[in-house]
Amino acid sequence: MHDTAKDRQSYLDAPYGVAAWLLTRDHKRIAMLYLISITIMFALGGFFATLVRVELLTPRGDILTADLYNKAFTLHGVIMVFFFLVPSVPATLGNFLIPIMCGTKDLAFPRINLLSWYLYVIGALITLGVIASGGLDTGWTFYTPYSTIGSQTPVTAAALGVFVAGFSSILTGFNFIVTVHRMRAPGLTWFRLPLFVWANYATSLVMILGTPVVAITVLLVGFERTLGLGVFDPKLGGDPVLFQHLFWFYSHPAVYIMILPGMGVISELVAGMARKQIFGYSFVAFSSLAIAILGFLVWGHHLFVSSQSIYAGMVFSIISMLVAVPSAVKTFNWTVTMYKGSVSWESPTYWVVGFVGLFLIGGLTGLFLATLGLDVHLTDTYFVVAHFHYIMVGGAIMAFMGGLHFWWPKMTGRLYPDGWGKASAILVFAGFNLTFGPQFILGYMGMPRRYYAYPDEWQVLNVLSTAGASILGAGYLLTFCYLTWSLFKGERASDNPWGVTGLEWQTTSPPPTFNFHTDPIVTEPAYHYKQVPERETTTIG
Amino acid sequence: MSHTPHTVVSVRVYVTIFVLLMVFTGLTVLAGYQDFGFANTVIALSIAVTKASLVVLFFMGVRHNTPLTKVVVIAGFFWLFILFGLGMSDYLTRPWIGVPGR
Amino acid sequence: MADASTPLGKGSGGSPAGPLPAAPHGIAVAEPTHAHHPKLQHHFYSMEQQLEASILAMWVFLVTEIMFFGGLFMAYIVYRTMYPQAWLDGSAALNVPLGAVNTMVLICSSLTMVLAVRAAQVGSRRGQVVNLILTILFGTTFLVVKYFEYSNKFEHHLVPGPHFSTQYLVEHLGRTGADPYTTQLFFSLYFIMTGIHAAHMVVGIGLMSVILFMAWRGRFTPDYYGPIEVSGLYWHFVDIVWIFLFPLLYLLGLHGGHGA
Repeated sequence: MHDTAKDRQSYLDAPYGVAAWLLTRDHKRIAMLYLISITIMFALGGFFATLVRVELLTPRGDILTADLYNKAFTLHGVIMVFFFLVPSVPATLGNFLIPIMCGTKDLAFPRINLLSWYLYVIGALITLGVIASGGLDTGWTFYTPYSTIGSQTPVTAAALGVFVAGFSSILTGFNFIVTVHRMRAPGLTWFRLPLFVWANYATSLVMILGTPVVAITVLLVGFERTLGLGVFDPKLGGDPVLFQHLFWFYSHPAVYIMILPGMGVISELVAGMARKQIFGYSFVAFSSLAIAILGFLVWGHHLFVSSQSIYAGMVFSIISMLVAVPSAVKTFNWTVTMYKGSVSWESPTYWVVGFVGLFLIGGLTGLFLATLGLDVHLTDTYFVVAHFHYIMVGGAIMAFMGGLHFWWPKMTGRLYPDGWGKASAILVFAGFNLTFGPQFILGYMGMPRRYYAYPDEWQVLNVLSTAGASILGAGYLLTFCYLTWSLFKGERASDNPWGVTGLEWQTTSPPPTFNFHTDPIVTEPAYHYKQVPERETTTIG
Repeated sequence: MSHTPHTVVSVRVYVTIFVLLMVFTGLTVLAGYQDFGFANTVIALSIAVTKASLVVLFFMGVRHNTPLTKVVVIAGFFWLFILFGLGMSDYLTRPWIGVPGR
Repeated sequence: MADASTPLGKGSGGSPAGPLPAAPHGIAVAEPTHAHHPKLQHHFYSMEQQLEASILAMWVFLVTEIMFFGGLFMAYIVYRTMYPQAWLDGSAALNVPLGAVNTMVLICSSLTMVLAVRAAQVGSRRGQVVNLILTILFGTTFLVVKYFEYSNKFEHHLVPGPHFSTQYLVEHLGRTGADPYTTQLFFSLYFIMTGIHAAHMVVGIGLMSVILFMAWRGRFTPDYYGPIEVSGLYWHFVDIVWIFLFPLLYLLGLHGGHGA
């Protein structure tokens, strides 16, 4: 169909040059710019995680002073949350795929999309500046009054970095919402949309509604530090817990900014790798919206041991439990979809299965923490650390990796070695469990987070955890190596190497600049597998 | 479907809304100088909500806009009330439990 | 959602009808039939779709603005509940007549704003230019009044910080019980809320200057007036924020004096 060289010309081909990339308005190139930037930030965040884990090898402070340790975990958190996890799936895979899945040439506002990447870079540079000028020690949560009165580190600059990066994510979300509402191809009704689009739509709602609140909150911290306009200042009668309310009004839903797009990825991968219509399409679609909405009603569970009223705590505790319902709906539907599907065990499948297992553990331990009474015991222990890493790393990053392995042939036009893909999935899964499994036990025994020294009897578990972290790191490094290798030496990918449905697989690999050679019209629902489609011969493996 | 999705509203409508907004501003100041006790805030906020609704419906054209726009506007204010409502559920119930020393 | 039945919203004018050629996986292909309006960007089907997209985008952006100010109003509600007397005392120092005048100035600017959009809809270049200039002038008037109000607060040492003093409240306004700490909280919020509102005004005036330039160059026609319409939405939103700020900040202080 696309025989001539001109027809095969992809978005990667022309125009070449740094300027053509830095000034591009093509959503696919912007996605690639994001992919490179978040990879750099991930490596940096990983570096600080390494510092933390190495320090915790022994019960005493050996490598880092208490001060440096504070800075290491703060920077790990700030970088990973605001500069890796929040943009990870939406700004890379979402940016790349949503216009294609909607059958359109680009996002509604290509220039704003580029602006969002520049804001991200500016925010990241400010944060790098903070690191260069000595680091930050408030924890990624910026809790007042320490962040306003106590800390001697450049909190205002860090807050500015987060503020700017926040606007980058607002712009991404805003572009997605308008695109999904106004740009869908003819025939592409809401219930024909791939679930990845639904999930990213729900994510965008959270970005739009939550991010401005954290923006104004960090701005207030900045005002208090620079102008002395003390809104949270206890000396003036201000309530530092108000900061926590405003902060978690965003930052709890932000957890769903991180995991919802990952859930969307998993929905695509499960249906694709099982070659089966997803079980309960509309339930999965609406559970994304339900998670987005319920996510706004539960922030108080971060304040159970603050001066928050115990009655409010009860309400927040009950609503927090409700989030388990839509999450369980998704998990059951994925599992049922794979059941009796013709599952092909290729790299993406390994990441999917890993995701479901880890997300399950992360979700169930979340119920422990939502329980008001139990949380009093577990607050600020390693149990919490383990729980949210099971969601953020075991969930969000596993899904991101799975998505990357699934769409890599489409994005780059190259195949990676499938064996290595499986190996790294297994390595990451094993390393992850070894890292964070022991932390549940440590937390239950009472080891508090954010301390650089601990009693001797906890050393075994901490050594296990650090050992796991090194395996985890090796897994990520391995992925980085063979994916980079594949860019240059990988086999050329066919248009549809997995033999799956979806608009993105109808166009060439990699897609042309305007995504399709002819404007698509959709006449069937997503994942419409009448019979198992024939696999093309150039399959990975 | 008409060619332009947005109806051209007559100047008369805009001027009427303008006059109403001015009258309400005068009213809120006048009411402000009277003391109705607890009702002061209620009156002031009711007038402000009325004025804001007039601006949203007429000046911002939501009256003639798509249902989607209406949903977006309502959602915006709804989320504001989630923030206020759940936030105040803490502050208003704090005194319920007798904490010694407070 | 709201437009579930029509996949392209109201903008599917460009899509062809009739039988479609079959293609694998039920995806047919259509020949591009774009209406070639010069202002139509390549990735939209029609001018209507483009206008609808930009209006939706501005509304979604305004929702983020609602939430942005929402954080401030939340702080306002919490502290007013905690320290009602400080709110009454602090508010007494605000100038109600100036606040009322500024409210009216903004309402005037909103009227000229809608008239400018209407002028674009009916194709009157002169109407756009005149009304946009008036809008900018009203906006500037607002900021000038705000400047005088702010300098007055500086003179009376009502700016939070080491120089803050309740002397003016106690001696000139009879607020003998004014608390030197919690009233600072009021003034912190007063300055932040009105300051961020004023910053939005400055952005709005800048935006209007660009729109004025475009209107003066005759860029807007009854077929294409998206930029002026969406900028107008922003302007009205900033007006609405003030509609709430005025009673919430200024009008409280008319009551609750300790002597009264």
